[in-house]
Amino acid sequence: MTALIAVSGLSKEFVLHTQGGARIAVFEGLDLEVRGGECVCLHGPSGAGKSTLLRALYANYKPSAGHVRVLHDGRHVDLTRAEPREIVEVRRRSVGYVSQFLRVIPRVPALDVVAEPARTAGLPDAEARARALLARLNIPERLWSLAPATFSGGEQQRVNVARGFVLDYPILLLDEPTASLDAANRQVVVELILQAKARGAAVVGIFHDEQVRGQVADRLFEVASFRRNAA
Amino acid sequence: MSAARPAWDEAYNFAYLDEQTKRMIRRALLKALAVPGYQVPFGGREMPLAYGWGTGGMQVTASVIGPSDTLKVIDQGADDTTNAVSIRRFFQRVTGVNTTEATEQADIIQTRHRIPEVPLREGQILVYQVPQPEPLRKLEPRETETRKMHGFGEYGLMHVRLYEDIARFGHIATTYSYPVMVNGRYLMSPTPIPKFDNPKMRNNPAIQLFGAGREKRIYAIPPYTRVESLDFEDHPFEVQRWPHACALCGSRESYLDEVVLDDSGGRMFVCSDTHYCATRRAAGHSGAMAEGSVARALAPSAGKQEDSHERA
Amino acid sequence: MSALEAVTAPRAAVRPLLRVCGLSKSYGETVGCVDVSFTLYPGEVIGIVGESGSGKSTLLNLLCAQLEPDAGTVEYDVGGEGLRDVFCLPEPQRRRLMRTDWGLVHQNPRDGLRMDVSAGGNVGERLMAVGARHYGAIRGEALDWLSRVELDGGRIDDRPKHFSGGMQQRLQIARNLVTRPRLVFMDEPTGGLDVSVQARLLDLLRGLVREMGIAAVVVTHDLAVVRLLADRLMVMRRGRVVEEGLTDQVLDDPHHPYTQLLVSSVLQV
Repeated sequence: MTALIAVSGLSKEFVLHTQGGARIAVFEGLDLEVRGGECVCLHGPSGAGKSTLLRALYANYKPSAGHVRVLHDGRHVDLTRAEPREIVEVRRRSVGYVSQFLRVIPRVPALDVVAEPARTAGLPDAEARARALLARLNIPERLWSLAPATFSGGEQQRVNVARGFVLDYPILLLDEPTASLDAANRQVVVELILQAKARGAAVVGIFHDEQVRGQVADRLFEVASFRRNAA
Repeated sequence: MSAARPAWDEAYNFAYLDEQTKRMIRRALLKALAVPGYQVPFGGREMPLAYGWGTGGMQVTASVIGPSDTLKVIDQGADDTTNAVSIRRFFQRVTGVNTTEATEQADIIQTRHRIPEVPLREGQILVYQVPQPEPLRKLEPRETETRKMHGFGEYGLMHVRLYEDIARFGHIATTYSYPVMVNGRYLMSPTPIPKFDNPKMRNNPAIQLFGAGREKRIYAIPPYTRVESLDFEDHPFEVQRWPHACALCGSRESYLDEVVLDDSGGRMFVCSDTHYCATRRAAGHSGAMAEGSVARALAPSAGKQEDSHERA
Repeated sequence: MSALEAVTAPRAAVRPLLRVCGLSKSYGETVGCVDVSFTLYPGEVIGIVGESGSGKSTLLNLLCAQLEPDAGTVEYDVGGEGLRDVFCLPEPQRRRLMRTDWGLVHQNPRDGLRMDVSAGGNVGERLMAVGARHYGAIRGEALDWLSRVELDGGRIDDRPKHFSGGMQQRLQIARNLVTRPRLVFMDEPTGGLDVSVQARLLDLLRGLVREMGIAAVVVTHDLAVVRLLADRLMVMRRGRVVEEGLTDQVLDDPHHPYTQLLVSSVLQV
């Protein structure tokens, strides 16, 4: 089976022009391959560059060097070189991303926030899928028609997770999806991840919760080992 | 022409304008006839009358009139109102032509706000006085833009005006200056004639010429030309109808003016075309109030109140 | 994977809708915009940001053929028959494009609406311009569009001068979208509106643009507007494009010093 994600020689350095041109090197020459059905947990201390790597996999951050190839429509697309509209397509159908915080869209009800990716992809049962996920993640039905701006942190997080799982993306990127959840909901998310793996998705995530990590991760990936001058 | 004939006031050139000016206006008229409905700019001259009193129509009439022509001048259908009388006198003085009130006998009819009820025939010329030649002006104030709209045939905006009428009044409430398409190409203002007269423009055997003095534009409809009033499929063009007949001649076919008789709401409806009305009465037709004192007061040449319509 | 297979059917090669090459315009010594190039595909929304005087309005006016460039070309896929230089089109065809295939949403609704024509007449104008002659059908379409932009159908015969700023802006959008354009130009669509009204308008625009698959060029100085509306972003400074790319990439990982300054200057809420 070919890798769904193939990262090679990836480097990222931030140059802060507003702060006297300070340079912050995050990682250098990083290689990573993730196959279908596999879950890789990005690991390392705070500031090691886990989130930076995850965002680079989503083309949200632009690497300084190297390649991020993801499988899209049966071929590898290099996100570091792709046209914006190609990346939009890749995100629409091949790569799902659950960020740490929900970017709230004013006025849009939770149900539509969740259903939107499936709707955009043209799935006829988008709303049914969204309802099922919201129910499974224990969001009370009376909240579904409300905009999530006023929800609690945990509720917003669960809406965010539901949005990430409403479409069966072949590649899933998860940035601490269980951070502010209680044990019961944490378990629901674990089951969602295991199901995704079972259908053959490649999952890359940041999981601080040891228990969750133990349940979903096939291997740990030490981002810090790609620091410049790393031991 | 015999030498004994009393000619015009020879202090003036024939028909007041100099020959070069008449030639220039005739060229404009020919172009206007060649491109029906298209507004041709021309070098309008000062006339011994204020703008708004028919200077455009007078220049056109002066350019086409010959010594043997017979002229009729009407204002709101009447031969005897101030404007009609002064223009008729002007042409008598500067051309010496015969004048008439009889539509059938006229070679040239200069008009403000009406088309005579008697059908015109080949060889006659109807000259309209035009206050505002641009039908799109109220909707689009820029001349550069309206010229492009005519050039490219972009006339959707005119329907917006009709749409607004229906939205506000339930029907197309425009009753005069009702826009027409000429020969399927140019949108044209028919001048402030009542829309009652619009159908008379279509396929008319006479030549119809339009002169706007202030705006310095000439346009024309050649004989037997397609002239269509704009409308919507579900709100077709309709002319005014009255529940009354003319109180003097009893006609049910003509355009009627409402005349207030007293302070207690008394009123009557009479033909706006005075010659048409008088001809019918002379032929023995009569209306409900034909014998009263009011009828005598309204008899031809008794003078008539000027209305408040826009002047041409 | 069954659900995804349904939506991963191979697509026909998509042709560009708008292609801009080396577009430059100056006003004497003053630079308008310099050497701007980009390609826009059907359904794509591109944002142009920059501070006042950065040349973004000049660029927008060049794109929608309101202004002639000193150099460069603007090509548009006229009638789906391939790219043609819009400045070489016969004027009637260009004007027809403006009122059918293109939309132009002005910052000030007064520039984009007929203030003394009713709301229904404003929406119906483009329909009548392309030959609609059935009053009932025009009115029905106008009512439908008023509801789509969340205006009360009961106000169809009111003139926009009696509307609030937000309502006027929504009416302007309805007036533009009624002919289902493929490309809409927007100049600060939320400028001059209250913050609460802005959010509603943005959300509405976002929904309509996505639902109808409209491509759009949105000029604004408000980064929140492009974050919500635009797939792609161009950052302009002194007439030049200094950075471009995916909207979230440019905003979350800005590279050019000016973009970094712009992003860091926004108050976070």
